[in-house]
Amino acid sequence: MLLALIRRFGQMIFVMFGISVLVFLIFFVTPGADPAARIAGRNASPETLEAVRKSFGFDQPVWVQYYTLMKKLFVTQDLTSFVNRGWKVVPAVIDTIPVTLSLVIGAAVLWVIFGLLVGLIAAATRGSWIDKSLMALGLIGCAMPVYWLGEVMNLITQSRYHDSWMFSWVPPLGYKPLTEDPKGWFLTLVIPWITLSILYIGLYGRVLRANLIEAMQEDYIRTARAKGLSETRIMLRHALRTSLISFVTLFGLDFGALVGGAALLTEVVFGLQGVGKLTYDALQNLDLPVIMTTVIYASFFVVLANALVDVVYILLDPRVRSA
Amino acid sequence: MLEVRDLRISFRTEHGRVRAIDGVSFDVAESEILGVVGESGSGKTISLLAVMGLINDPNAVIEGSIKLRGRELIGLKASEMRKLRGREIAMIFQDPMTAMTPVYTIGWQIAEQIMVHERIGKKAALARAIDLLAEVNIPNPREAIERYPHQLSGGMRQRAVIAMALSCNPALLIADEPTTALDVTVQAQILDLIRKLRRVHKSAIVFITHDMGVIAETADRVMVMYSGRVVERGTKAEILLEPRHPYTKALLDSIPPLEGEKPRRLKSIPGSPPSLLDLPKGCSFGPRCPSRFDKCAEKPPLEGGAHAAACFLKAAP
Ligand SMILES: Nc1ncnc2c1ncn2[C@@H]1O[C@H](COP(=O)(O)OP(=O)(O)O)[C@@H](O)[C@H]1O
Ligand SMILES: [Mg+2]
Repeated sequence: MLLALIRRFGQMIFVMFGISVLVFLIFFVTPGADPAARIAGRNASPETLEAVRKSFGFDQPVWVQYYTLMKKLFVTQDLTSFVNRGWKVVPAVIDTIPVTLSLVIGAAVLWVIFGLLVGLIAAATRGSWIDKSLMALGLIGCAMPVYWLGEVMNLITQSRYHDSWMFSWVPPLGYKPLTEDPKGWFLTLVIPWITLSILYIGLYGRVLRANLIEAMQEDYIRTARAKGLSETRIMLRHALRTSLISFVTLFGLDFGALVGGAALLTEVVFGLQGVGKLTYDALQNLDLPVIMTTVIYASFFVVLANALVDVVYILLDPRVRSA
Repeated sequence: MLEVRDLRISFRTEHGRVRAIDGVSFDVAESEILGVVGESGSGKTISLLAVMGLINDPNAVIEGSIKLRGRELIGLKASEMRKLRGREIAMIFQDPMTAMTPVYTIGWQIAEQIMVHERIGKKAALARAIDLLAEVNIPNPREAIERYPHQLSGGMRQRAVIAMALSCNPALLIADEPTTALDVTVQAQILDLIRKLRRVHKSAIVFITHDMGVIAETADRVMVMYSGRVVERGTKAEILLEPRHPYTKALLDSIPPLEGEKPRRLKSIPGSPPSLLDLPKGCSFGPRCPSRFDKCAEKPPLEGGAHAAACFLKAAP
């Protein structure tokens, strides 16, 4: 088991290295384009171009360029934006991480808990009106666009009903750091959490329900019944454990993507300065160093999330351990 | 100890009602082995699943009477039935590869059953699991309880499944083709084991199989089933040596003889069992029967006392 874990993390490091090389090649060694011009941004002066060339070592061999870039990214962390003169990119990205993580982790907790509940209840009552209405609600949840749902939430909690007893506690949009103002952090994030998780609860509930119903047809469930176990115990101990695989896979993909910037729309609607918002702004004024940094950050996160998913597999299913 | 009377099981389907079991009656005495034999689809599994109360299909209709030590099981509350299952009556199934939950150890799964039925701690339950595994001849039982099902061979898994079924010392053990999925040498070992367990535990055993050869090695009494009915029953000797029903004879012809030269090809029964949706009016074996005569257009009753056959032949002059 330990060996399988070590091997998995070894793979992860290798993939991350591969990604960094690939990103480097795409941004720096694309034939027919001058990387210095792109990094310097539109209408850059010749002096700026010269400075960019020197600082990234474009007159040196490719592997030195790669080394210089990685050093700027991970060691000295002094990669600068030329579009926003002299703005240090790495600290800027690092500043946005807690915002995105707060948003996504909170929402993930909600959608995992409620996804599990919906899936379990629907599978246990399959075919009944409870099952049907849960699935219909879930479908509505998945189908609503997040920016629309977010705007509706804002309309209700920030303006229309803000003065009613129900929503007077909702603070204005924005982010309050957890370390400075825990209560404010929590209150500002409640509505974004709910909004983002609604999109996923239905999907996760549906997937889990389908897997549970499939598992309940297995021979070992018949054995469990023959042992005299209660239906609740059979569902929770025997069917659920083997049904969690797709749930966990989906979770890894969604969580990784969201932390990597896919929560952009939610961040924009609720005025949260997260990774997605930063990437979005950088794309708008073609700020190459920022784009590059967020791309690397995002892909590292997806890779990390996938490695963690595999670790969970190893814990969930002994058959994976020996493989 | 088990008395089944006039058991009828039908399923509501889109093609109308399908009668899968039609008036089956049988008894099992304390610590005897009843062999139930018949081609696949003849209703062996569902008639004993009914005894376990494990027919979960909401479209199933079960009628008749099933009494275990005088207690009626049909219509018993689900929670009461659950207490019997695994403690009084245990069942093992055909495929040991898929019979155990893949994500828990053998020991955990055996201990789980013991702890559900008895007030006993985890440690004591695991200790008993070790004893049980030793009893079914699993080498190194102390290590085996830490194993996951996929880490054992088919024969070892079936032993573990048997150990689990025996864990609460059931009065009745139902074994549904427990050796069909195993290769021949392992099959013989499992049959040995089942005979030994009957001696030690004094449990009654219902042994389901489609193989007359297996019947010859295990059963005390035999019940032959065909398309949801009992067509013949009697002691093993009666069934093997003086079969009365043409279907029983045909089944016996399809096993290789124990001694003497093996025939080049075994006789197989021509035709296939009738569809339950479209059972023949009279004797359901009629269309495939070599000795059919006019009377077979009626439904033959199961007659003849202890050795009974549902066939007009023996009665015919
Ligand atoms: N849930 C069900 N719905 C409809 N028909 C069923 C159902 N379960 C079993 N049957 C039918 O009952 C018959 C007997 O099945 P079974 O007891 O499994 O036979 P055996 O164990 O002798 O091979 C089969 O023809 C099967 O199609
Ligand atoms: Mg069967």
